[in-house]
Amino acid sequence: MSTLLLLLITGVGLGALYFLVASGLSLIYGLMGVLNFAHGSFLTLAGFLGWEVGRRVGDGTWGGLLAGMLVGLVVGALVAAVTELVFIRRLYQRHIEQVLVTVGLGLATVALFEGIWGTDPIRIAKPAWLGGTTDVLGASVPNDRWLLIGAAAVVLGLIVLFLRATPYGLVIRAGVENRTMVTALGIDVRRAFTVVFAIGGAAAGLGGVLASVYYGQVSAHQGTSLLIYAFIVTVIGGLGSLAGAAVASVLVAVIQQLANFYLGGTGDLAVVLALAAVLLVRPRGLLGKAAAR
Amino acid sequence: MSAVLEVRGLSARIAGQQVVEDVAFDVAAQGVTALLGRNGVGKSSTIKALLGILERTGEVVFDGTRIDRMLTHRIVQRGIAYVPEDREVFGSLTVAENLRLAERDGTHRDAVARLFPELDERAAQQAGTLSGGQQQMVSLARALMNDNRLLLVDEPTKGLAPRIVGDVTRALRDAAERTPMLLVEQNLQVVRDLAHTVVVLSGGRVVHTGPAAEFLDSPLVHRHLGVAGAEEAA
Repeated sequence: MSTLLLLLITGVGLGALYFLVASGLSLIYGLMGVLNFAHGSFLTLAGFLGWEVGRRVGDGTWGGLLAGMLVGLVVGALVAAVTELVFIRRLYQRHIEQVLVTVGLGLATVALFEGIWGTDPIRIAKPAWLGGTTDVLGASVPNDRWLLIGAAAVVLGLIVLFLRATPYGLVIRAGVENRTMVTALGIDVRRAFTVVFAIGGAAAGLGGVLASVYYGQVSAHQGTSLLIYAFIVTVIGGLGSLAGAAVASVLVAVIQQLANFYLGGTGDLAVVLALAAVLLVRPRGLLGKAAAR
Repeated sequence: MSAVLEVRGLSARIAGQQVVEDVAFDVAAQGVTALLGRNGVGKSSTIKALLGILERTGEVVFDGTRIDRMLTHRIVQRGIAYVPEDREVFGSLTVAENLRLAERDGTHRDAVARLFPELDERAAQQAGTLSGGQQQMVSLARALMNDNRLLLVDEPTKGLAPRIVGDVTRALRDAAERTPMLLVEQNLQVVRDLAHTVVVLSGGRVVHTGPAAEFLDSPLVHRHLGVAGAEEAA
């Protein structure tokens, strides 16, 4: 029982990490129809810069970690906004070119990160409490999972608040449904595009710093490997659905954890099978809708 | 009568296919100009091309300014409101949110509230759950609440019950008293009630321009629209 509980809670923790990456992907696709393969680069850069700042503020301390998280948020948002303004804005409606540019950016930035920080993962120090465990009904849950779950919950809450209670949020919700009609009401939807990219980048940036905490290291390939799961989560949840991304993040991670433990390390296979099953039974994803453009 | 909108050599494509070809016409600065034609001749595409929703070439002059190279939102901000063919309300947003999104200056917000009191009662309801007639009210309200200089209205009575058609026609007549309108409409009784001029499209081109009443009473109605002049009211 305690093993199952442990797997479930750690699954939710891993799902929280997936959500931080997938939420931005889903919003960006939902509003703009852009499959952003450079999203992992936002995460990796934020992870490295967060670590660089964090260790200078206080290696392995809460102050260092909080500084790193703040840097991750800002770096992720800025790099994503610049990416949208410089590269994506010129390629609206040109989906193949978007994929080529974002894939190219993803590949080039990994090479750049390897050139700057090396090809080997860098071990990072984290506050002592995060390295410990908390007993929950006999299950020793790693404390860093609580941080991930808390951070994802806050990000989810803030994004929902932003979407529900701000004028930009209203434009974004309408734009996800029918982008053309938003412009036909006299609204410059491109600003919303930049805002959505920045929000997605900020969430990914925070995810980059917290991924370093989760894995205990930061590497040039961190974003790429997480991006694969984030895409799976985004498709299973329904492209453009934030709630779908949240549900699918937890679902994918829990399936992965359970299969890894009970089915001999077949977590990745189980996730891919889950993706195939959803695509066959419900191609729009769990909470996805057909969107007009 | 002077023109608020001058269209010259307008062509448009959808996915590489020509849907509007070298179209030229004027929209008068007062009253309703109806854009007519059989299904699929490019009426809705012409309106979308004017707004820049479709890729287009040619010259479009609005109130003395060329708008054919402007982005859609810039064109609308100049005072051109659009009521799309299929209402295109935001179904997941409430009625109030749909209206808030469309509000630029809100000059006629109170007048619209009087025109469609039902929308106020249903302000918190998701627009996607409204009937077709109610959705058309939302679509019209979005366009009529601002101080526009031209209305582009595409098939406003399509699929509506006769009683609702009457309401919509009255609302459009009121709006046309203060704002010129380019109207695409299949219901020729509505055209007869509202329009003073018709522009008739066939095969993506303009084949007739002239006074509405004269056209509707002539054999040209049958030739270009496939209905007899005397029967069109049905």
